[in-house]
Amino acid sequence: MASIRVLVGTRKGAFILTSDSKRKKWSVDGPHFAGWEIYHVKGSPVDPDRIYASQTSSWFGQIIQRSDDGGKTWSQPGSDGNAEKAAASGMPQGKSNMFVYDTSDKSGKPLTTHQWYDGTQHPWEFARVWHLEPSLDDPDTCYAGVEDAALFRTTDGGVTWHELAGLRGHETGPSWAPGAGGMCLHTIVLDPTNKSRIFCAISAAGAFRSDDSGTTWKPINVGLHSEYIPNPTAEVGHCVHRIAIHPTNPNTLFMQKHWDVMRSDDGGDSWREVSGNLPSDFGFPITVHAHDPETIYVVPILSDSLHYPPEGKLRVYRSRSGGEEWEALTKGLPQEHCYVNVLRDAMAVDTAKPCGIYFGTTGGQVYASNDEGDSWDAIVRDLPAVLSIEVQNIS
Amino acid sequence: MIRVVLPHHLQTLARCDREVTVIVDGVVTQRRILDALEARYPMLRGTIREHVTLQRRPRIRFFANSEDVTHDSPDAELPSSIASGELPFMIVGAVAGG
Repeated sequence: MASIRVLVGTRKGAFILTSDSKRKKWSVDGPHFAGWEIYHVKGSPVDPDRIYASQTSSWFGQIIQRSDDGGKTWSQPGSDGNAEKAAASGMPQGKSNMFVYDTSDKSGKPLTTHQWYDGTQHPWEFARVWHLEPSLDDPDTCYAGVEDAALFRTTDGGVTWHELAGLRGHETGPSWAPGAGGMCLHTIVLDPTNKSRIFCAISAAGAFRSDDSGTTWKPINVGLHSEYIPNPTAEVGHCVHRIAIHPTNPNTLFMQKHWDVMRSDDGGDSWREVSGNLPSDFGFPITVHAHDPETIYVVPILSDSLHYPPEGKLRVYRSRSGGEEWEALTKGLPQEHCYVNVLRDAMAVDTAKPCGIYFGTTGGQVYASNDEGDSWDAIVRDLPAVLSIEVQNIS
Repeated sequence: MIRVVLPHHLQTLARCDREVTVIVDGVVTQRRILDALEARYPMLRGTIREHVTLQRRPRIRFFANSEDVTHDSPDAELPSSIASGELPFMIVGAVAGG
């Protein structure tokens, strides 16, 4: 029987929520990795039982976890949980947590510094993995977006990770600067119709596109306007919060920028604003309906200084016209005294019919809609602050 | 046999008890204890000291014989109480905040 699995990353562990296709009754499993920050959990599109998780701590660093049974059990790739067995296995032990920037001659431009908050140059320092994006056709291949901003890839199921150094080596690299959350590569979008094309987004550098499988990169920020940087239309320096596409129409991209909701119909070569009648065009997540490429969802937040919804009302906004015209979706969501935030990776859709929408809040609620956003119910209300949401349809 | 006490999160990561034992040949130092610990529990590589530089992570502290040896040379000889196994070498997550 078909089911839905929601993978939740929080400040204090990971949770797995499951339901049948009706999406009315849910079971909650967790916490996995209790006490650790789980920035992102995402399953392979070709093998839903293969799930990657980013487990991180300011004390103990970065851990990559992998499950091959749909989240029932986990291990660090290449390091068996049984220490004696691990030592005898011959695998490259302990390498799965190793994210080392490429400074080799082969990469061509071994950058060592980027711009700091005060405009000075600052050493490139690995902090954590923000986002994991499994390949669309190989469960052993997965991309990782990290802080300080760089793109890594594994082709052995997470046992080893190697930087795609052409991105960080772009000539604009030394001018990239951190956003409020750090200088993170937080969005990775793989084009399902063109294996060579990858999009990514960095706070605060902007959006980038590769047309050669990640070897070389091009900033795609024409049309963005950011008043908080010295040159509001600069090639890089924009605080892009999230990019989304529909798999059947990957040349159209939707972007939630620091301020402004944007749209591109030429693969990112140019952008136009589609904020329209939103009560605020500041926000973090943006996602596309599973079956309608012109239906998109955002969660307006009051401002970059006040990270909570306008008027204390938690409202998802839906546009059925690809932007400009938005309607508030409020049924089942708190409409007073609500001061939570919804972070950039914390909204996702399922592919059931009608399309299901899910988002998590910094207050620990995970809301689900099984009717395209018309109404909402909380699956669970008191988790730790939610960092990420991903959804799997299990057949 | 050297006794080593791990913080909670590293116990869960290594799936071990609070106290583990490792064998160190020759002079007992921080570096040799950590080398032996990571050899036995490879999933701890990178969690106590950085993968490449092998520098102690900033929020990790080391105690030996009730003394703070965090900032001692990693190649300094540790007290005989640690080398004999009388007392454990303690790896502690630094306390931040209240």
